[in-house]
Amino acid sequence: MNFQRIQEKLNILADAAKYDVSCSSSGSKRSNTNNGLGDSSGMGICHSYTEDGRCISLLKILLTNHCIFDCAYCVTRKSNDVKRAAFKIQEVVDLTINFYRRNYIEGLFLSSGIFKNADYTMERLIAVAKKLREEERFNGYIHLKSIPGASDELMYEAGLYADRLSVNIEIPTISGLKLLAPDKKHEDFTKPMLKVKNELIRFKNERKIIKSTPKYAPAGQSTQMIVGATGETDKDIMYSATYYYKKYNMKRVYYSGYVPVAEDSRLPSIGSQVPMLRENRLYQTDWLLRFYGFTVNEILNNDHPNLDVDIDPKLSWALRNLHHFPVDINTADKQMLARVPGLGIKSVHKIINARRFRKLNWDHLKNIGVALNRAKYFMICDSRNWERRDLDADRIKGMILKQSVGKFRNQYSQQLALFN
Amino acid sequence: MNLSKTLIYDGSFNGFLTAVFIAFEEKLEVVDIQRNSQEQGGLFSETETIFTNVEKAKRVWNGIRNKSNNSISQIYFAFLSEADGVELILYTYIRKLMSSKNGKQMDYSDGTVLRISKLARSVGREKHRMEAFVRFQLTKDDIYFANIEPDFDVLPLISKHFRSRYADQQWLIYDVKRKYGIYYNLERVEMVSLNLNEIHFNKIHKSDAFLNEEYDYQTLWNDYFKSTHIKSRINRKLHTQHVPKRYWKYLSEKKETA
Ligand code: SF4
Repeated sequence: MNFQRIQEKLNILADAAKYDVSCSSSGSKRSNTNNGLGDSSGMGICHSYTEDGRCISLLKILLTNHCIFDCAYCVTRKSNDVKRAAFKIQEVVDLTINFYRRNYIEGLFLSSGIFKNADYTMERLIAVAKKLREEERFNGYIHLKSIPGASDELMYEAGLYADRLSVNIEIPTISGLKLLAPDKKHEDFTKPMLKVKNELIRFKNERKIIKSTPKYAPAGQSTQMIVGATGETDKDIMYSATYYYKKYNMKRVYYSGYVPVAEDSRLPSIGSQVPMLRENRLYQTDWLLRFYGFTVNEILNNDHPNLDVDIDPKLSWALRNLHHFPVDINTADKQMLARVPGLGIKSVHKIINARRFRKLNWDHLKNIGVALNRAKYFMICDSRNWERRDLDADRIKGMILKQSVGKFRNQYSQQLALFN
Repeated sequence: MNLSKTLIYDGSFNGFLTAVFIAFEEKLEVVDIQRNSQEQGGLFSETETIFTNVEKAKRVWNGIRNKSNNSISQIYFAFLSEADGVELILYTYIRKLMSSKNGKQMDYSDGTVLRISKLARSVGREKHRMEAFVRFQLTKDDIYFANIEPDFDVLPLISKHFRSRYADQQWLIYDVKRKYGIYYNLERVEMVSLNLNEIHFNKIHKSDAFLNEEYDYQTLWNDYFKSTHIKSRINRKLHTQHVPKRYWKYLSEKKETA
């Protein structure tokens, strides 16, 4: 190993990859059955945390930061004056294996700038994964970035070795994409996504009949959108996320507050604040859609195109829909319980369990761990007084905010508990 | 009425279970169960030394397991916390469990039950952390070696995890505080007690137990760690919440700061 050369490459190519926010290493089943190296059958493990508090579980690097394209929001773009480097296939394999053997990582996240063309680049990403699986007998996690525009055959092959595949949409609207990534076409993103989706379905069906059908991207596919680079609204972002969840069976959509990386008149200038709170609100909305039974137009619509900054989206929805409240904790169905601000899914389950034995009052709820300072305005239980009395939305909001200073300030990271 | 007794055992889990067996069988009034290293000798009780008997221990283990699978792991985890007086609390807990009709209906408002589940949870959390924070260093003898210094005795709990993950390399994880390790020799995991006089922290100074290449990889990892931060998003408080400072001296990415 030529240490200095590798060191230089790693510094360049890890630095350029850090803006990708996907970090998950869970959701795959690939156990170590051949006495080889590694096992991905459990939950993902965060081996360390960045100084901004995000989990480090994968070696996240670019194969190269040479790129023929010039997307305005990207450090790697052609016109940006940065040092360039490229890993050899074997170098990435060695780094992954040696990091994994030392228990630094759960696996590899490999992305790349586009050199020559999409297929040429994709082939190289696949070659790394194939080597890891076949020569090194590696069962750790592999996440490959699908290169926009890559052919169906290559997308098929990628899924045989990778646990997860992703194509980053980056810009949530087609018009924004035209403006900032003039070299790319919308179909370049959607075509590989569609192929992956269809292969996942095919795998599921064949697997029912033939047990030995080779695994295809067992952790599914994900994508990422940059937030705050163009003037899109939260509504634009979440409608397009919903579209991708539905149309392409995405496992996850990630939201990444835009970090200005180059001076460009089309974009926020260098030194502008990263919209982290906004990013967090989008993750909260994403949770409400995936786990709480909300539909996107309940939370964002023409009357309400952007999420509130000072309160979370569930509370915001409740305040705009006071006619659904108060909810009777002792009789309401699960769906409605989940809509009460201050009630998380866990509390909802506990309530449903506990109310079989007795009628619940404030004390019971407190013991269960309900955030009463918020919930009390939206519910009644087996107690005589109802806290909301005749308060209107503004009053309720004011009272909640007064009691929870600091609490919201802590919510700057997507990896913190999102809300109760 | 039996004389009250303090039972002395060898500190092993089987030893503890044997003590429980004897207490049940001889209907002793147990005032304490102590490991022989920290034996205090109560003023008003007689002591009895228990000799570990795997058969008897097994019977207690099976008895508990038949009541509740969840309880057996709670008991084992809590035992490994090495908390002061944990043996007596566990003994009380086991008696409660045995006299309950159905292990599942343990009352979580009960002080003993609550205490045990709390201890078990702390141990579980550290088990998980150690699975994350072990940093192997490759020795010249081709063994991947790691030091840890956990608050609780979690080595027995993490052995399976590392066994299934690193099936094709020899490794040794050494608990600096308790002076023993688990060693995988490509066939099985063994407990080894060692008294290492040189502790290989992730210090900048090199030890000749390791290959040069080892230090290269540590540097690469350290570099990688540095290049993952996004400056404009730094949040150190969150960082140390996730990676508590007491673990830093064993983390290669924290080399300079340790
Ligand atoms: S194609 Fe990808 S790597 Fe190249 S400039 Fe655009 S976003 Fe960056």
